[in-house]
Amino acid sequence: MSDVRFEAPSSLSEAVKILAGAKGPSRALAGGTDLIVQMENDLLEPDLIVDIKKIPELRAIKPEGGGFRIGATVTSMEMIEDASLCAKWPGVIDGVKLIGSIQVKGRATMAGNLCNASPGADSVPPLVAAGALARIVGPNGTRESPVEKIPVGPGKTSLAPGEIIESFFLPERPRNSGDAYLRFTPRTEMDIAVVGVAINLTLDSAGVCTQARVALGAVAPTVLLVDECANALIGTRVDEAAIDKMAAAAAAACKPIDDKRGTREFRIKITSVLAKRVAQKALERARHTA
Amino acid sequence: MTTILKKPGFNPDRKYKIIGTSPVKHDGFDKVTGRAKFAADAFLPGMLVGKVLRSPHPHAILKRIDTTQASKVPGVKAIITRDDFPEIKQGTGGGDMTRLAMAREKVYWEGHPVAAVAATSESAAKKALKLIEVEYEVLPHVIDPVEAMSPDAPILHDYMRTKGAKGPDAEKPTNVVERHALGIGDVDKGFAEADVIVEGTFDTKPMHQGYIELQSCVANYSDDGQVDLWCCTQAPWVYRDRLTEILKIESSKIRIQQSELGGGFGGKTTFYLEPLSVVLSRKAKCPVKMTLTRVEVMRATGPVSGTQSTIKMGCKKDGTIVAVDSTLVFQTGPYTGSAFTNAPQAMLTRYDLKNVRTVSYEVVSNRPKVSSFRAPCVPQVVFGVEGLIDELATKIGMDPIEMRLKNAIVEGHKTIYGETFNRIGFVETLEAAKACDHYRAPVPKGQARGIACGFWFNRGGETTGSMNLAPDGTVTITLGTADVAGSRMSMAMMAAEELGIPVDRVRAVLADTHSLGYNRVTAGSRTTFSSGIIVVDSARKIITELCRRAAKIWNVPEEGVVFEDGVCRPASSNVGEFEPLSIKDIAHKTTYTMGSISGHSEMNVTGAGPGFAVHIVDVEVDKETGLTSVKRYTIIEDAGKAISPAQVEGQFQGAAVQGIGWALNEEYVYGSDGRLQNPGFLDYRMPVASDVPMIDTVIVEVPNPKHPFGLRGVGEVPLTPAMAAIGNAIGHAIGIRPRSLPMSPPKVLAIIEEARARGVLPAG
Repeated sequence: MSDVRFEAPSSLSEAVKILAGAKGPSRALAGGTDLIVQMENDLLEPDLIVDIKKIPELRAIKPEGGGFRIGATVTSMEMIEDASLCAKWPGVIDGVKLIGSIQVKGRATMAGNLCNASPGADSVPPLVAAGALARIVGPNGTRESPVEKIPVGPGKTSLAPGEIIESFFLPERPRNSGDAYLRFTPRTEMDIAVVGVAINLTLDSAGVCTQARVALGAVAPTVLLVDECANALIGTRVDEAAIDKMAAAAAAACKPIDDKRGTREFRIKITSVLAKRVAQKALERARHTA
Repeated sequence: MTTILKKPGFNPDRKYKIIGTSPVKHDGFDKVTGRAKFAADAFLPGMLVGKVLRSPHPHAILKRIDTTQASKVPGVKAIITRDDFPEIKQGTGGGDMTRLAMAREKVYWEGHPVAAVAATSESAAKKALKLIEVEYEVLPHVIDPVEAMSPDAPILHDYMRTKGAKGPDAEKPTNVVERHALGIGDVDKGFAEADVIVEGTFDTKPMHQGYIELQSCVANYSDDGQVDLWCCTQAPWVYRDRLTEILKIESSKIRIQQSELGGGFGGKTTFYLEPLSVVLSRKAKCPVKMTLTRVEVMRATGPVSGTQSTIKMGCKKDGTIVAVDSTLVFQTGPYTGSAFTNAPQAMLTRYDLKNVRTVSYEVVSNRPKVSSFRAPCVPQVVFGVEGLIDELATKIGMDPIEMRLKNAIVEGHKTIYGETFNRIGFVETLEAAKACDHYRAPVPKGQARGIACGFWFNRGGETTGSMNLAPDGTVTITLGTADVAGSRMSMAMMAAEELGIPVDRVRAVLADTHSLGYNRVTAGSRTTFSSGIIVVDSARKIITELCRRAAKIWNVPEEGVVFEDGVCRPASSNVGEFEPLSIKDIAHKTTYTMGSISGHSEMNVTGAGPGFAVHIVDVEVDKETGLTSVKRYTIIEDAGKAISPAQVEGQFQGAAVQGIGWALNEEYVYGSDGRLQNPGFLDYRMPVASDVPMIDTVIVEVPNPKHPFGLRGVGEVPLTPAMAAIGNAIGHAIGIRPRSLPMSPPKVLAIIEEARARGVLPAG
């Protein structure tokens, strides 16, 4: 590891100021479960690291407008241990739970997972399916962005220099809503998704799907939000025919590559298998939530 | 001299007090509390950090190395390249060894060292590495051993000719190191008698030993040319002698102290950093510490040979195997040393076969040189052999264990490689498998079961050790073999049993290379057996001396004293009436008798008893994704006599877990540029705890009469059948048995689709 300047400011404005003033490569540090590993392996050599864990307002999960605001440095384990969040957004928790080990989850954050911009990030497809918004703070003020607009390619984000994620907002959900996420990995844990599928749907009182969002991970340079999949479910009772149509749309939408984690052909097949399984799980949850 | 080898004194009726119990290991507390000193825990005043510059190319001519700019980096104290090593002729043992440590004419794999830097900080060393200018002439490369055998493959070594080849091929430059043939009988005649014949080509991929402890060492080259070296190794004496050979430093000036070992499995029988750190320390005039990163371990340390086995096997309707023909290919990395001849010797040794032909090839390619791993080269070929036996058993409608029993060898069997077996326990192991809970239980719905068998020779070899009695009656043992799996405790237990004292009064330590004579590498499942014989022999020498001292104290003839249950007594009432003297009593008086009491033993140990195992595994295959889950796993194996049953179980269980990884997911992924794409545990998919069930064990005990307590080695046998058993289970689950490792989800899913197309697996 080369010489690096380390700052740990206690306010958001100070963090933004330090990052915006950086001359060389810089990084915000949350849990560090990607950043430190990349530095250890000489994949990344920042001149400046700004630890944002000392900023109090980034550390909390708060109710807001019937939904939740989750600070950027809230760890995965803190989310998993929040009963009301787990009850409302079980699909988001599905994703968070799959990250690394318990030790890794004790440090890892969704903001870090998102800004690492890996197409295989487990918390991102469920956030996208949930319609989560990220609040971004930078030298030019605060802005809101749908989560899916932040990664623009492997390792690349749309954040401008000096910008950091302050929090995520998960909205209030209608009755009879359910979300779920599954990934495929050859190992049971400590692995990176070969394919990930998240589905968030809402049923009306007659059991007809009124809203749906389907997000696919690890099958394209960024997580895909696939309207064709949603359209295959909306207006149906999410029966087998609808699910098959949705799964076919998912397989058609993915644009995977062959790499060390899986082949293109295998990823496409698994996308369809997982899409069906996830739809069933989301449907079960929608039927059983008030 | 070495009477214990001729008269081991094994007594089947002996009642043990300590052997067969599982006391807490003496080195266990420090390991669980973090106090144990591993190689990276060695620190010396003024110690520098050493880092290695590695080739980014898998095959290239090393044209020029310029260290001028790098040496100007503040804090850099020494930079070494090929110019700092004595020239040793290419194609010789020493020539290969020095070129593996530091590239000379060419680089042969991505990760081959081309320079090393010692500096006052890691960041200074890394800065310097970036400033070393290296000019390469990149050459075409070849990774796969079968491709490396093709006539148009890039040749690694112009000087190489195939040893054992005949005809025009013997004269041409080649990547085939050696052609080795081994067989008995008449294979064609054998196949003519067969009712059923099966054949197939199987391949296995290189896998890494996967030890947790990264290689690390500290070298201190003093101003008067003495070398002190602390490192993690399974072979301190071997390292010393190799350093002598490639650095031309006399052995008496190289003192190696082995550290605690955080896993080796054969991977720490070859040095990587040690020669570099010694040369850096000599040049920098400071101690130098070097530690590999995990990425370096994956890119540049010994994996296991990848193989391809083409095997044909025939049997009669009654299950008698009548002929086996095979062609085997073994990857060795850029230089010879895969120990591939183990494979033809061991692949079928457990079956009484009259007609066998094997032709084996060892092949160089642009990968790191392979290193040993539990039963080197054997599990790979057993994957094919036991797969075909399973197919034969299915075809003739015979129970797979009965089929093996039908062909099982017993005492007196003469092996294909010439050894005639003493008492062996293969039949007892098969019977125990048949009787165990797992085999008797019905296969759960949605799952499938596989079984497979394996064998390993078990080894002996040159071993030296000492034992000292302290004045308070406690005992210390100095061992030359490394403790790769708890052997210090087993030695303490054997000493305590023989001396008749509690095991807590014995402690064993690991010697440095100045303290004992030569010890062969700790490998081949030889340690508890060989050092165990040394320990018992040393204890017997101490007992003889104790009797002599008792005779002196009592003023009676030596033959008038016997040693029983930890005390010296008069041999009979004719000798006189004396209170028995305990070891402690005599030890306390050594100053007044003839001085301290110690035992020492050194010998080339023979008589290791071969080991056999049966594995039973239940799997569930997700037919939509090809994902295999191992649901239940039982290892049944002959340990001869389990000195510490808990440690024997640990050997069985660890091997099963490594076998599960090798079977299902572990694989090196290379790009078309010959560079490794998954050099770390995230993408090199070793199993994690939740990937494996509790591994059940059945320890069979058919004593080895050549050991005082009857033990057989257990380090290697338990890996040999693992992938075959899992492959057989998957085959039964999906209708077609996989023939290529790893049996990863994409490959298994493709076989499922094929099985459905062929109608051997129902749709849906």
